[in-house]
Amino acid sequence: MLKSLKSYDDLMAMRKLCEEKFKLHKARVFICMTGCRALGAEEVYSEFKKQLKKQKLESKVEIIETGCQGLCARAPVITINAPGVFFHRRIFYGRVTVDIVPEIIASTIEKGQVINKLCYVEAGKRIPYLKDIPFYSKQKKVVLRNCGVIDPNNVEQYIAKKGYEGLAKALFNQKPEDIINEVKISGLRGRGGAGFPTGIKWEFCRKTKGDIKYLICNADEGDPGAFMDRAVLEGDPHAVIEGMLTAAYAIGSEKGFIYVRAEYPIAVKHLEKAIAQARQLNLLGNNILGSGFNFDLEIKMGAGAFVCGEETALIASIEGKRGMPRSRPPFPVNSGLWNKPTNINNVETFANIPIIILNGSEWYKHFGTKKGTGTKIFALAGKVKNTGLVEVPMGTTLREIIFDIGGGIPGRRQFKAAQMGGPSGGCVPAEHLDLPIDYETVKEVGAIMGSGGLVVMDEDTSMVEIARYFMSFVQEESCGKCVPCRIGTKRMLEVLTRINEGNGSRNDVEKLKELAYVTKTASLCGLGQTAPNPVLSTVRYFMNEYEELIN
Amino acid sequence: MKGKTINRLKVDIKPVKKIVVNFDNDYESNLIAILQQTQDEYGYLPKQVLKEISRLTDIPLARIFGVVTFYSQFTLIPRGKHAIKVCSGTACHVKGADDVKQKMKEVLNVEEGQTTPDYKFTLETVACIGTCFLAPVMMIDERYFGKLTTDKTVDIVEKYS
Repeated sequence: MLKSLKSYDDLMAMRKLCEEKFKLHKARVFICMTGCRALGAEEVYSEFKKQLKKQKLESKVEIIETGCQGLCARAPVITINAPGVFFHRRIFYGRVTVDIVPEIIASTIEKGQVINKLCYVEAGKRIPYLKDIPFYSKQKKVVLRNCGVIDPNNVEQYIAKKGYEGLAKALFNQKPEDIINEVKISGLRGRGGAGFPTGIKWEFCRKTKGDIKYLICNADEGDPGAFMDRAVLEGDPHAVIEGMLTAAYAIGSEKGFIYVRAEYPIAVKHLEKAIAQARQLNLLGNNILGSGFNFDLEIKMGAGAFVCGEETALIASIEGKRGMPRSRPPFPVNSGLWNKPTNINNVETFANIPIIILNGSEWYKHFGTKKGTGTKIFALAGKVKNTGLVEVPMGTTLREIIFDIGGGIPGRRQFKAAQMGGPSGGCVPAEHLDLPIDYETVKEVGAIMGSGGLVVMDEDTSMVEIARYFMSFVQEESCGKCVPCRIGTKRMLEVLTRINEGNGSRNDVEKLKELAYVTKTASLCGLGQTAPNPVLSTVRYFMNEYEELIN
Repeated sequence: MKGKTINRLKVDIKPVKKIVVNFDNDYESNLIAILQQTQDEYGYLPKQVLKEISRLTDIPLARIFGVVTFYSQFTLIPRGKHAIKVCSGTACHVKGADDVKQKMKEVLNVEEGQTTPDYKFTLETVACIGTCFLAPVMMIDERYFGKLTTDKTVDIVEKYS
């Protein structure tokens, strides 16, 4: 039973107790129970429990069910603090199966011995310790700080890791305007894709007159190829809640919504639990921590519409309507949900807030570039060895992400392009591998940062087919409200399909460019405005493939 | 079962009253949640049930239909016992989701969006279920199956049959 926290001191007292409880006293096994479930993590977890009970070792070993540990390519993943000289260094085991569990208990957990065949291998060398694996050592985990390290369903572990201290600092030592200033100085930009400066958005919302203001977390994550928001919601839901509480205090809102897509049932479950725990602790509700500030959260589920990731469509969906965008102005910060001033931010944006407030904006600015501070999570997928979640400072190059961290292309094939930004983005070819990634540089080469989806393609991938694939996705998801998008995407898809099938004609590429221009310029919302991007970027860099198919 | 036959089926509308009454503070903005819980209860959204929702909430039936037909999660026709969702997201696509989809169509003898005659399976494609590192992926009900090959897919479906 969690006790209600009535003051800053109450929180600090609870922190001390939680830190003590969470201290490393005995052997500890961290099992990823989110994404890894798809390859048997639940069975592995049950086997551990069964074996430990059988061998009467339950009091000597702690098992922690965690969120995403990042190196998803080696799922199911576990990490272990094993007895011995290197107790504080976590051992990394991948591709763990049910039948190897007894050996892990006997060798690693009881005797501290490493099982070689479960270790990560790079260039023929086995690397047992997490800290030494390049996939991990080259990352900077800020948003993913707690993912894979705590049990997301246990708020005490979040608090042990300084959870909610940032919020307490904000509520008692800072005024809303100070917080907005801090976020402005940090340079944090919206991580959902558009990259709008977060502090400035909050300022607009704060300045709008009105007693009732709403806060929304966009957890729709519709981009195919993106799964970082899912990892944060499942692995560290309190980071999002704390970020929202801080934002609500800054803009003057008392009611918030988290709009989660229907395809994420585990995320919804973990969020529900986290919200319930926060309410018990008086971190949500009335008079939070005795500060006089009120705020509560509600989860709203999507129902399978990519366009609902667009902010005005999302608002319509929360209002119980068809998720169709509307023109702006007015912008949501002035008139949004039920015509009240509304601030919408992405999951990753909110998850950055607690640590920015706790460590300060100057600390945050140390990472990244001038125009793109902080870190960005990339969902590395496709033809790359180490698929999974990668968090790096802005300004890291594609080469570092794909080759140094990602382990390169499997099967000794050649890198061809990396798709960045999902269906709104573009393909970045090999000539730009050394591009330092930030919002502006990616735009210059014809792609967008987007949500951070990064799909790697090799020499076997047909770029025209990829353009057709994205266009068919967007065409399917187009809400149909405006002509440029509804008809523009349909016609472009027809042209792309016939080129792909070998029935293209001489002036088809010109047709595509013309249609792209109209769709881009005249569509009502971001879906239509960015739908032509994959076509335009593949035409820019892979024109030869179009010509080959046409001739 | 064809459309007309479905609509003439006798459907028990009592469960829907229990669902709707939970949202009596604000029916309109909770319409999607009402429809989701209703679909969980019945397996699909029968027309008579939608009429009842309209009667209880005062929301015009046309508007309810507008919402039902907009979101891909909702279905007006019965679905199979097991919902098979083959992911066709970017990563899965690049790693051969098309072959998996083809195989499923062959094995079950249905097209996308259709249900097998014995109402055991419904085959659908989803844009992305967020487990891209395991591409190609499919979900059956709430379970995930990753790193699929055409052979693995056949084995998995057989286990459910």
